[in-house]
Amino acid sequence: MQLKEKLMRGVFALAALCCVAAVALICVFLFWNGLPFFGKYSAVDFLTGTRWAPADGDAGVYGILPMIVGSCYVTAGALLVGGPIGILAGIYLARFCPHTLAKALTPMVSLMAGVPSVVYGFFGITTLVPLVRRLFGGNGFSILAASLLLGMMILPTVIQLTASAVKAVPDSYYEGSLALGATEERSVFRAVVPAARSGILAAVVLAVGRAIGETMAVVMVAGNQPRLTGNLLKGIRTLTGNIVMEMGYATDLHREALIATGVVLFVFILLINLLFSALKRREAQ
Amino acid sequence: MNTLRAFAKAEGRKWRRHPLSAMVRLLCRLSMAVTAFALLYLVGDILIKGVPNLKPELFSLHFTTENQSMLPAIISTLIIALMTLCLALPLGVGGAIYLVEYARRDSLAVRLVRLTAETLSGIPSIIYGLFGSMCFVTALHLGLSLLSGALTLTLMVLPLILRTTEEALLSVPDSYREGSFGLGAGKLRTVVRIVLPPAMPGILSGVVLAIGRIVGETAALLFTSGTVASLPKGLLSSGRTLSLHMYVLSGEGLHIGEAYATAVVLLLLVMGMNGLSALISRKIGGKA
Repeated sequence: MQLKEKLMRGVFALAALCCVAAVALICVFLFWNGLPFFGKYSAVDFLTGTRWAPADGDAGVYGILPMIVGSCYVTAGALLVGGPIGILAGIYLARFCPHTLAKALTPMVSLMAGVPSVVYGFFGITTLVPLVRRLFGGNGFSILAASLLLGMMILPTVIQLTASAVKAVPDSYYEGSLALGATEERSVFRAVVPAARSGILAAVVLAVGRAIGETMAVVMVAGNQPRLTGNLLKGIRTLTGNIVMEMGYATDLHREALIATGVVLFVFILLINLLFSALKRREAQ
Repeated sequence: MNTLRAFAKAEGRKWRRHPLSAMVRLLCRLSMAVTAFALLYLVGDILIKGVPNLKPELFSLHFTTENQSMLPAIISTLIIALMTLCLALPLGVGGAIYLVEYARRDSLAVRLVRLTAETLSGIPSIIYGLFGSMCFVTALHLGLSLLSGALTLTLMVLPLILRTTEEALLSVPDSYREGSFGLGAGKLRTVVRIVLPPAMPGILSGVVLAIGRIVGETAALLFTSGTVASLPKGLLSSGRTLSLHMYVLSGEGLHIGEAYATAVVLLLLVMGMNGLSALISRKIGGKA
């Protein structure tokens, strides 16, 4: 009997360690396969090079600056579109929404979070891209279309986390402000929201992580040309797009360059994760 | 009608007295309306254009270039989902049991597992795909196969199942455990017979969410399970899931009707999963 108890305790402990093992394995494989690339190709040229031409010369030219900038563009665009709307809608859901309406809206927001990214991407191709083409010209596959689509995709994340951060603020803040004669809106925006600030910031940071990491939907609407451009109506390629577009047929140094792109993306994500958990810890205090 | 008139009257008074407050409230309402409109537009667009394209031929067992049947993709999706759950469920539930029932609440091991689980849930799916193609496909020689895909997805849904199970176990009152110990039961018996049954609905709703993730996943499967469109012959043969099927169809640009039909099936699946999960959590709420 004693043996069985000990055995099962060990089994459960092993299962718990799987998460740790998974992260370690992912890190090892990614760095093991990605870092040798920097032995053959200068890291500075890779990160600051503006040309991506795998077919050039003997080994190709691999500069991922356009992709880094592209990822930043669409992420910033998504934040501009989805951030304010998401935060305001989250506050609405937590504070202003009648109870019966909230019962209908909450499952809608979680459905929005569950819609697969291919479906979003397909919606982008069939609706947003033609819309951008009609309104602004160009072929529609553009930074603008990708930003709009990503903005829509991060909405549920921002709304859910903002709403729960606002709900976590004690009611006494709100009531105290009301008792001092402030209107409901003023109480919410001057007393409750400042108290939920770090939670709302965490929501935005998580949304940034989602937007940078989003792959399929962006690939389907962004056009995927590896170039540096400031024109919102032109196509662009993101880090994730770079991997998806070429991983299927890449070999040798080209393949290693793509894995190194993954390493850069992974480092970005780890930094954002760290920021997110730091903010969450501050919120808990 | 009367409530509407009263509402309009109150609004009018508010705009006169506190225009700024009224404006802020209007902005909040508009934001929610835009969100709801975006979702309803997406769902409506896909249902209206997709349902007429749902033809019985699309559910034929054989995929041909003339008939882009989605039944093989549905079967591949089911196989991958089943395999993934078979792997992730024991690991996730076992891990959560260790964290909640065995380990000390703030020990180093617990914090390490939490941190890594959080990291895992933040990693984008394309990184999982990259890892899967390097580890399972190449290093372990599993090739582009359903098995490689399922192994990759296991890592992806593991943190989700771990967290939901942990929450479910934590919500079981300590008096259950004390009662069981008091009657002379051991730790293992207490966990399996007393703590696990009331936590079941919580675990189940986590599983349902995980199925939703698996069904919707594309980027992690593109380079692990491959995109072969016909019926898979075994676990080591390649097969595309429904999402991948849709990605390929919409990329070709020749089969927009079929892509719409696939989108309808995907959307209905996800809606069903969401509804099921909500139903289960409401049941827990009702009991407590």
